Amino acid sequence: MTDNYEKNFQKKIDSGKKIEPKDWMPDKYRLHLIRQISQHAHSEIIGMQPEGNWITRAPSLRAKMVLIAKVQDEAGHGLYLYSACESLGITRDELIDQLQTGKAKYSNIFNYPTLSWADIGVIGWLVDGAAIVNQQSLRGTSYGPYARAMVRICREESFHQRQGYEIMSKMSNGTKEQQQMAQDALNRWWWPSLMMFGPHDADSAHSSNAMKWKIKRETNDALRQIFLDRTVKQADLIGLTIPDPDLKWNEKTKHYDFGKIDWDEFWQVVEGNGFCNKERIANHIKAHKEGIWVKQAALAYAKKMEN
Amino acid sequence: MSKSQLPVWEVFVQPKSGASFQHVGSLHAIDKEMALQNARDLYTRRLEGSCIWVVKSDHIISSKPDDQKSFFDPSDDKIYRYPSYFKVSKKVKDL
Repeated sequence: MTDNYEKNFQKKIDSGKKIEPKDWMPDKYRLHLIRQISQHAHSEIIGMQPEGNWITRAPSLRAKMVLIAKVQDEAGHGLYLYSACESLGITRDELIDQLQTGKAKYSNIFNYPTLSWADIGVIGWLVDGAAIVNQQSLRGTSYGPYARAMVRICREESFHQRQGYEIMSKMSNGTKEQQQMAQDALNRWWWPSLMMFGPHDADSAHSSNAMKWKIKRETNDALRQIFLDRTVKQADLIGLTIPDPDLKWNEKTKHYDFGKIDWDEFWQVVEGNGFCNKERIANHIKAHKEGIWVKQAALAYAKKMEN
Repeated sequence: MSKSQLPVWEVFVQPKSGASFQHVGSLHAIDKEMALQNARDLYTRRLEGSCIWVVKSDHIISSKPDDQKSFFDPSDDKIYRYPSYFKVSKKVKDL
């Protein structure tokens, strides 16, 4: 019986149709999606922290307004994704609980600190740039609500990347100190940005079913290469140096070759030993605790209006 | 402290006056006023709409995708509902 359902399900996927919330789907498909979409949603929400860190210290009113709008977008993206995830039959409370207890992960990159204003530039340029490559590919994902959230997010995300690149190009054309700050930020964020695409295909735990079910449309390594090829040229244009002595154009493959990624560092941070892991979750718990009265007041008001 | 999740609402946005409302996603809110305001902040930050509808999710009745075939069956065998069913000479214009 299930065999038949599963066959039909795969047929639907193979023919390029989307799966919708009420359609039959294998449990593993559902679980894989909950894991991936919630991780994605948590990343948007936790990602507000490293950037929010600079709102009060933005160098101009314009920079501050733009940064606030960007951080607000990240909140919006988190909410689009939570609502897509909830359509799979899990509640928001459960999702938040998984994040706060460490059962669910978020993108590793947000466990790095933002030390200077140039870090805000580099986050928009590289971190959002890498996210865009991933998200553009996910517009073609097989789960309807997830794909639709991706379309919406991609539309909004390109402003983020331009905002970041503008900061970087201003700083690298600025005073000597500003140039150094820009280069220093690039040096610190370059490798973690490459790690955002996840382990090499050969070592990736979740890839095989994800490709068969078209949850993922391209492999980690393929996406990483797209990002890298785009970014090297952008760095050249504003006179920044990518911190990789092995980076070289490969005439044969028509792609850039690059050096070895330090996966030990990656796993160390995943395991919770990054600079900011504890702080990020502690802040999240604190915000929820301190904000609970708003929810309670709204509930009390709604009850009063009912009577 | 109780973990009280607020009810889920579905959001429909009319992209411009005169157009059909389109479903854009959902959100959590305690009442219709909060639902409308949250929908505005979440789904129309860039002038995506001229009007918003919100409706509690559990008020929406959906057909079942698994029954798609039998459910829509009556509309499948009446090809005369399409203009292409009728043969008309090429000389006839504006028809």
